Amino acid sequence: MSDSTPKEVLYRVRRFEPGRDQAPRWQDFTIPRTPGMTVLDGLWTIKQTLDPTLSWRSSCRMGVCGSCGMLVNGRARLACNTQVSELGYGVVAVAPLPNFDIIRDLVPDLAPMFDSHAALMPYLIREDAAEQEKPTGEFAQSPEELEHYLQFSYCIKCGCCMAACPTVATDPVYSGPMPLGQAHRYNADGRDGGFARRREVLSGERGPWRCHFAGECSRVCPKGVDPAKAIQLMKRELVWDYIRLRKAHKPTCVTPKPKEIRRRPDIPEAPARTI
Amino acid sequence: MMRDQKLWTWHVVAGIVILFLLGLHMTIMHLDALTSIKTLNPAGGEPIDWENVVARGRMLVFPVTYVLLLGAALFHGLYGLRNILFELDPGPGLKKALSALLVVAGLGLFILGTWSALASFTLARSL
Repeated sequence: MSDSTPKEVLYRVRRFEPGRDQAPRWQDFTIPRTPGMTVLDGLWTIKQTLDPTLSWRSSCRMGVCGSCGMLVNGRARLACNTQVSELGYGVVAVAPLPNFDIIRDLVPDLAPMFDSHAALMPYLIREDAAEQEKPTGEFAQSPEELEHYLQFSYCIKCGCCMAACPTVATDPVYSGPMPLGQAHRYNADGRDGGFARRREVLSGERGPWRCHFAGECSRVCPKGVDPAKAIQLMKRELVWDYIRLRKAHKPTCVTPKPKEIRRRPDIPEAPARTI
Repeated sequence: MMRDQKLWTWHVVAGIVILFLLGLHMTIMHLDALTSIKTLNPAGGEPIDWENVVARGRMLVFPVTYVLLLGAALFHGLYGLRNILFELDPGPGLKKALSALLVVAGLGLFILGTWSALASFTLARSL
């Protein structure tokens, strides 16, 4: 921090305590500014020194778990992944993710999002359940097949896309970018054979049809996933499917483990297991 | 209620039909100097000259394309309107009522437009 950097930062936090507050309210906290301070660090400072009742969700503190999604200065972000310095020297306004009910303070109720997610069966659907339980080989994929869904698999289910989506804001039936993006992630996976089952949900009102392609979901995604693209690709697949021009694929077959494989002499032996 | 997958597909198909027919309209009405198709403007001059309008009106292909364009435009527009109205989050009963109202309005306008196209065709033939 240079000498001109303010020594303190003003946090304006949205508070709501069910049973006591009629409606959410803002509360200001002034805390010391420290080098490398994230929005989440500031919230911890408030909790430890000013108000122990302040509530939010967080876990990994490194942008991996997706717990600390919140509205920071009007944009849905991960609090742990947002440096206070990148917000300028003004107020840091922190509110719970919009488009969700508030459980308390900065804790949104994400249950509806995960209900929609579960309804779209976000897992590999295959006939060979026994093979999945006790694998005899691997479901081999080419790098090109992997590219079809790889970026969508980076989703951490933080809910930022849902908070930014204008359709989710107005349509309670619409599944939203996260569940739809994840449905496409599995539909596009060569190992999966569950398109027909997911279509039962996707072809109706909970499908991708209400998406306006505003693109806000992709803009705010902290992991660089492009759910808006997934939704458009899904629409295309469903249109091709309706006019029976969709290229159906059989789920990737099991590739047996290679036999008589020998380690290259220039690759050293693996170290002994420690656990 | 029809599934949205079907409705959306027809929405896209209708959009493509509109794009093609409007392209045809623009070509006939505004690019006549470039295309110079004598059959469409037999009297020469402007495409909107009375003789040219009557000559085109006698061709069966025109009422057919009018009806096709009308159907495509009505479906495309009314489905879009339905989507906008549904975003106001009406209840299930109101959704059904709105869908029914739009179907009735669309059919009514389609019948009226089809009658107009056929009437103009009959009139042009009698001149």
